[in-house]
Amino acid sequence: MPIPARAFAALVAAATLVCAFPAQAEPGHRQVRVWAAACAACHGTDGHAQAGMTSLAGRSADELFTLLIEFKRDVRPATVMHQHAKGYTDDELKRLAQWFAAQSKR
Amino acid sequence: MSTLDRRGFIKAAGGLAAALGAGVGVGACATAVGRASPGRVVVIGGGFGGATAAKYLKKWEPRLEVTLIERNQNFVSCPISNLVLAGVKQIEDITLAYDGLAKYGVRLVRDEAVAIDVDKREVRLAKGDPLPWDRLIVAPGIDFLYEQIPGLNNAEAQQQVLHSWKAGAQTVALRKRLEDLPDGGVFAISIPKAPYRCPPGPYERASVIAHYFKQHKPRAKVLILDGNPDITSKKALFLQAWEERYKGIIEYRANSVLQDFDVRSKEARLEFESVRADLFNVIPPQRSGRIAAPLANVGGRWAGVDFRTFESTAVPGVHVIGDATASAPGMPKSGFMANNHAKVAADAVIASLTGLEPNPTPIIANTCYSFVSDRDVVHVASVHKFDTQENTLLPVKGAGGLSAVANDLEGKFALAWARNIWADALT
Repeated sequence: MPIPARAFAALVAAATLVCAFPAQAEPGHRQVRVWAAACAACHGTDGHAQAGMTSLAGRSADELFTLLIEFKRDVRPATVMHQHAKGYTDDELKRLAQWFAAQSKR
Repeated sequence: MSTLDRRGFIKAAGGLAAALGAGVGVGACATAVGRASPGRVVVIGGGFGGATAAKYLKKWEPRLEVTLIERNQNFVSCPISNLVLAGVKQIEDITLAYDGLAKYGVRLVRDEAVAIDVDKREVRLAKGDPLPWDRLIVAPGIDFLYEQIPGLNNAEAQQQVLHSWKAGAQTVALRKRLEDLPDGGVFAISIPKAPYRCPPGPYERASVIAHYFKQHKPRAKVLILDGNPDITSKKALFLQAWEERYKGIIEYRANSVLQDFDVRSKEARLEFESVRADLFNVIPPQRSGRIAAPLANVGGRWAGVDFRTFESTAVPGVHVIGDATASAPGMPKSGFMANNHAKVAADAVIASLTGLEPNPTPIIANTCYSFVSDRDVVHVASVHKFDTQENTLLPVKGAGGLSAVANDLEGKFALAWARNIWADALT
């Protein structure tokens, strides 16, 4: 059905206006956010750990990525992280590292 | 705005977005008009799955109206509850309040859900008015199939023979009976056929109670009557621990399916024999919590779900998480998995109510720690990725695995894990 041009423009404008929506709706961001949420069972919500476990929030992305890759390649000894890291592609690990790096430290 | 109007609006807005060629972004924010809520989500059950789902729904989409229905005053953790039976921890150590969810804006309704009305899209409560939903998340855990053990199929018998497979009063009661058991007494634990909640849990229970006996009642025994043909989880690690630590204390019998139970003579009826013990702990066969009956479309016991979204395969718009689901291949029924299910479901519910596509490739994980003594622990871990060909979550090949041997470092990690997952669900 054809839409009159003026109405169309108004709709686009309205849509744009309304769409002052935070970046969290972006599909890629949402995807890594849910992946990262799996880590929270041990490392705390958004990587803010309770006593006795390592916090991940706000650490350097390079540092976290290097750690994850070393776990994955069995270079760095671990009790369980070498087994988890192997479940993700290198690119997925990089996105997880970047996501935790972007969380504010407490 | 009525439910239908709200949904109709979202649909229309999504159609407009497509017509404009503007992609998902416009659909995402269509409901932001006037800061109206994108929808009402009701969560049944505040366990590891339900509490986590309620929190993350509000954390990720604060405009949602989220109501959590919970009948118990406090959250009592099944993980670590075996240490209460062993006298290593107290019930207070595994009991947590629900207060922490208020700061996210979760509305907590202290009531019991008694029925899901699929047609009216509302949950009926024991005390309060029915709760309408735009999306429903059902996280009822398990219920027991006592009808499969006729002698225990009444309330009085169930008071005499405890399951202690839902942590709380039964945990405390069984601990008391273990304390009262004389040295030289036999404690027997009956394990149902898989699938059941927490596959390694019964073997952990046997181990830590054997540890208690070794310290305090050295002539007492633990008899494991396993309804399965073999140890269902961490077999080599448990066998090694029993051989090294509890030789002569733990006796294991496979293929010991409980057919019936005589409360008066304290006799378990197996297929070919009857077994007596001084104290029985019968973990009955299980199904999804009965509130999920309209959703239990797998063998009449478990709720089938689409593992991209945890949406029920029986009723659209209803999601099921945790132990009540028909598990994907290689996926245990655990608190850890329920916590991870909750986040995938929360994201999918938000997506559906704001006109977004579901995440095409969820990846979730599991680590189950089991104590074999008061401090030494073994784990099994796995990573589960959505497989678009098999259309389910599958364990990633080459990932996951077991502890090399029981060790006290993982004992510390197990307790730290508990603190973290409790906080992740409840605060």
